[in-house]
Amino acid sequence: MSEHIVSVKLYLGIFVALLCLTALTTGVAYIDLGAFNTVAALAIAVVKMLLVILFFMHVKYSGRLIQVFILAGALFLAILITLTLADELTRHWSPTPTGWNTLVPWLSRFF
Amino acid sequence: MTVHNAHPPGFAHQFEDMEQQREADSLGMWVFLLTEIMFFGGLFATYIVYRALYLPAFEIGSHQLEVRFGALNTAVLILSSLTMALAIHSAQVGKRKAQVVFLITTMILGAAFLAIKFTFEWHNDYVEHLVPGFGFVIRPEWGAAGQHVPMFFCFYFFMTGLHALHMIIGIGVLTVLTVMAHRGRFTPEYYAPLEVSGLYWHFVDIVWIFLFPLLYLIGGRYTGAGH
Repeated sequence: MSEHIVSVKLYLGIFVALLCLTALTTGVAYIDLGAFNTVAALAIAVVKMLLVILFFMHVKYSGRLIQVFILAGALFLAILITLTLADELTRHWSPTPTGWNTLVPWLSRFF
Repeated sequence: MTVHNAHPPGFAHQFEDMEQQREADSLGMWVFLLTEIMFFGGLFATYIVYRALYLPAFEIGSHQLEVRFGALNTAVLILSSLTMALAIHSAQVGKRKAQVVFLITTMILGAAFLAIKFTFEWHNDYVEHLVPGFGFVIRPEWGAAGQHVPMFFCFYFFMTGLHALHMIIGIGVLTVLTVMAHRGRFTPEYYAPLEVSGLYWHFVDIVWIFLFPLLYLIGGRYTGAGH
């Protein structure tokens, strides 16, 4: 794949889209949607991330090798978060031990 | 007399051609950025867990932050990403002066971000006794959840601090690039340092794109809790 030069016009378009999404995510935060507030905030952040990665970081025009590497990174991040939550969300199935800050008394003045 | 016309400036011998070199350059940078994703990912995963554990305290903590500064900084950083992209574009079309102008603009915007962060946000947090370890005061109006509010601020200062550190490093890199661009080191064939530094700068932008909603916005802004 040869070098692809993204036009200034497209860069400006992406920039305006990112600004609009920032305004949107800020506005939505002030409307009570229940649990959907978090979903909306993260969904908008993901869209913004994709715009930056695909166009500003030229990944749309990169070779497959780079694209596969990035997907591998996303996969490992998903593993990190999923397995951590798999532990955390099942903790209440057995009795919780004492909090760590009460186990180390001198640390308690910071928290 | 032999003419070395097969040697564009910046071309390294081990590569087949400039195109292969370009891809290798970007791939190397992406591998570094993947380690950065895991680096920040650890913090994000921990944030998710503690937010789930102490949700009321995290909402109160989030309420102490000023959305207008967070949103303004998001806009500043997005604009700096645009100017960074335009600096690379200038190199691709062979405009030396435009590269320097856009790189300096990017640095100024990066510095503006840090200035807003430190003077309007961190300084105010310190004055309002919201820095854990430096005279944090748990306010009575926070109720039972108040004792866990410092936990939120630990995350806030660690995550924004680590992000700010990346910005400072980025500004340092941009300084070197500006000198290189001024000396005409980048041509439409060779501009790898610009391209990979751009990837880094945009990555730091993406981290902020997630920090802004996670820290400032999803703390139940509409309920009026905590104030």
